[in-house]
Formats: sequence, C-alpha cells, structure tokens
Amino acid sequence: MVFVLAEPAVAPPGFLAAGIARIDPRFRVAAVLAFALVVSQLDSFAALGLALAAGLALLLASGQPARPVLKRMAAMDGFILFMLVLLPFTTPGTPLFTLWGFGASREGMRDALDILLTANAVVLMVLLLPGTLEPVTLGHALGRLGVPAALVNLLLFTVRYITVLESEYQRMRQAMRARAFSARTNLHTLVSLGYLVGMMLVRAQERSERVLQAMKCRGFTGALPLIDTMRWRRADTAWALGFAALLAALVALEVAHGVGP
Amino acid sequence: MASALELEGIHFAYPGRPSILAGASLTVAEGDRIALVGPNGSGKSTLLRIAVGLLRPNAGRVTGFGRPRASEAEFQDLRRDVGLVFQDPDDQLFCPTVIEDMAFGPLNLGQSRAEALATSEAVLEELDLMHLRNRVTHHLSGGEKRLVTLATVLAMRPKVLLLDEPTNALDPENAARLLSILRGLDIALVLVSHDAAFRAQLELREMRLLEGRLAAR
Repeated sequence: MVFVLAEPAVAPPGFLAAGIARIDPRFRVAAVLAFALVVSQLDSFAALGLALAAGLALLLASGQPARPVLKRMAAMDGFILFMLVLLPFTTPGTPLFTLWGFGASREGMRDALDILLTANAVVLMVLLLPGTLEPVTLGHALGRLGVPAALVNLLLFTVRYITVLESEYQRMRQAMRARAFSARTNLHTLVSLGYLVGMMLVRAQERSERVLQAMKCRGFTGALPLIDTMRWRRADTAWALGFAALLAALVALEVAHGVGP
Repeated sequence: MASALELEGIHFAYPGRPSILAGASLTVAEGDRIALVGPNGSGKSTLLRIAVGLLRPNAGRVTGFGRPRASEAEFQDLRRDVGLVFQDPDDQLFCPTVIEDMAFGPLNLGQSRAEALATSEAVLEELDLMHLRNRVTHHLSGGEKRLVTLATVLAMRPKVLLLDEPTNALDPENAARLLSILRGLDIALVLVSHDAAFRAQLELREMRLLEGRLAAR
C-alpha cells in the first residue's frame, strides 16, 4: 500500500490523458479487481503478454511520467526475485541446464516467467488505475463499492493521522536528543528506541479513544458520512466496455493457446 | 559573570512560511534568570529549540560556554549542560516508568546503571517526588507529568535550564511547587511564559520577542 499511496498523480495534459484522469474511482477499483482475477488464471504467454502490453499502453496513454511508475513496479519485483530465481531449480521436470551441479527444469523456467508476467501486469494496472487516486478518494470508492465500513474507516483514519503520528515521533526524538541521546550500538539505545515505539503505540491507542469519544459526542455510530461527488458518466460506460473487451480477449487467447491442465 | 549561552543575530523561517526570527540576539550569563515574553507564534519556543540545536537557524551564531556551536556534534556536547523542558510533557516522557525516564538522561551522559539510578533518586528526593518513582508515566496527572519532566532534565545537572511554558495547565498547588523548585535552583534559567504572576515571583529579567527581535523591557 505504501507504494500505491505514496504520490497521487496530478492531472496530466492531453485529451486521452485527461479522459483517463477522469475515470470513475469505483470503476478503477472494480476493474483492477476483475483484471487481477482474470490475469492470475492465465497460463498462455500470448494472453499474459497482452495483459502486460495493455498495462504499458495505458501507462503511455495516461501521460504519466513512466519512470516512477516502472520504478515502483520494479520494487515489487524485488520482493519476488528470490522465488523466481529458485523456482527453476526446485521444480521437477525436463532438465534445461545445470548450474554448479543444480539442474534447472523447463517447467520451472516456465512457471517463473508466468509468475513474473502475471505479477507485473497486475501491479502495473494497480498503479495506473486505483494507484493514481488520492487516498481519501480511494477510501470513498471502496465504501461506495460496499467494502465493510470498518475497513474503509481504517484507511481514512490512517490517511488522517499518519502525519500526526509522524510529528509526535519527531517531537519525542527531539526531546530525546535534548537529553543528549544519540543512537549507538548498545543496549541503552535499543531499550530507549523500544520505549519510544512502545510509547507511540500507547499514545496512539489513547488518542484513538479520545478521538472516538469526541466523535461519539457528535453522533458517530460506526459509519463515516462519505461526502463526495462521484457520478457515473457516459465515458465511464465506454471505458467499462473497453475493459470488458480486453478481459474477453485475454480469455479468448488463453483458450486458443492455453496449455490445458 | 561568564556567558553560558549566546545567540547572535538569529534568523529563522519554517519551510514555506514567513520569517519568524529576524536577527534575535540573547546572552545568558551563568546564573542569569531571564523571561522571554511575546505573543503566540512570535518564535519563543523556536528560539529555545535553536539554542540547543534542535533547529538550525538560517543565519546567526550560537555560542555555548565560549565555544561556537554549529554542527550536531557540537550541539550534542552543549545539550549535556543545557536542559530543555518541553511545553508538552507528553513529548518528553516516553519510558514506561518514572525512574526509567529519570535515568535516561544520566545514562546518555555516560553514567553506569547504578550511578544513573542513584542520580535519579537523589533528584527525585530533592524535588520531593520520590513517591512517583515507580509510577507508570502515562498514568501521571498533568501536574505530576510537568514536575517529572522537570526532574528528568535536572537529573542531568544542567548549568542552564530552558523552560517552555512550564505553568501550562498546572493547578495552583503544582504551580506553587514548580515555583519553589525553580527558586531553589542556582543555575541559569530561561523561561518562556505567558503567566505574568508566575514570572513576577521569580525575579526574572524580562526580554520581549517582537517582530523577530529581542529587546529588554
């Protein structure tokens, strides 16, 4: 989520880009969910290639600077790199080559490539569709889509209070420095930093109770009123049809080229 | 009297905001007792933070005990002798119990665990706060928190004590205790306070911070 929430994009120039920037938030979330469900079931490289190509095409069309988006995608690759490298050597099957006495299998290579394409296609779509929303708008879209209020509230409160926690942390660190603290490799440092984290948790808990009390005084019963102006426009229907066509094409390619179970 | 702390021509602005200090100068001699007064947002707290290097000025010099202080290492050394009591006690108390919070500073000064505990207990004794020794810090009352934060700073035996609005939200009884503690100290004091009655009882030299500069009243 950190990568997704990091920097909301500014409205980019250009006709197509402007159109993409105005896509309904609810559609963005629902579409990316459907996309992830379909792509995770694909096995044919033709279909997976199309899925990734669709993401790249959307990236170009959206007029966003490509570098930061691709960088975030690469950050995700970092998480699965080890698994991908090990997969050919741990999957039994037709030997392809050996490295330091370990045999790599054709099936393992295939699986690794499959996972790499799937993950990148899905993450790219996540970064492009819901990833460009303001975090608060994302919360509203989730609420409108029927996500349980508790989860939506968690997201909205995180957005609201993360900076409060950050400044509380900074002030406590300043107060520690004012008493001649500097981090070293010793037990005193570890214990002190542990206390700092512990105190932040305790304070956060207490603050949340005070906030809740204040909210209750103003009639809070569990649901935040979501005030927004999401309106489904004709362009959104067009985007939805286009996206459905993409998903249908992915399924068709899979059926035509797929390696059946 | 030798000068303990000297701020000369301090300029400061928070990022993206207009300048708050514009050439403020302050000299604190050893044993000096100074009150900083001025409207909200005039930069009093900022000046205290600059004095101990928690904020760096855009221009101007800080000198502590005859040596220029500009780098973090120089300020780390200065903070061993100049204590700052924060406006919000909750920013300062972060250890589970009072005695652990008390020992934090002395440990940072290089005292052993036993020495730090002894120092802490001695200060609690001096301030008549021994009954709070094993209390959980975030269960203390507002007044107790204030007195304990002062104790945690005094446990480092500073030569200069900076206090930011120490009487905020103190009941008269705790304010009186704070007053008697401060009266009993023979170290330099710089006090930021809106509480005129409290200031009057401490016989402080008043400096007014206005439009980013300090002037004697």
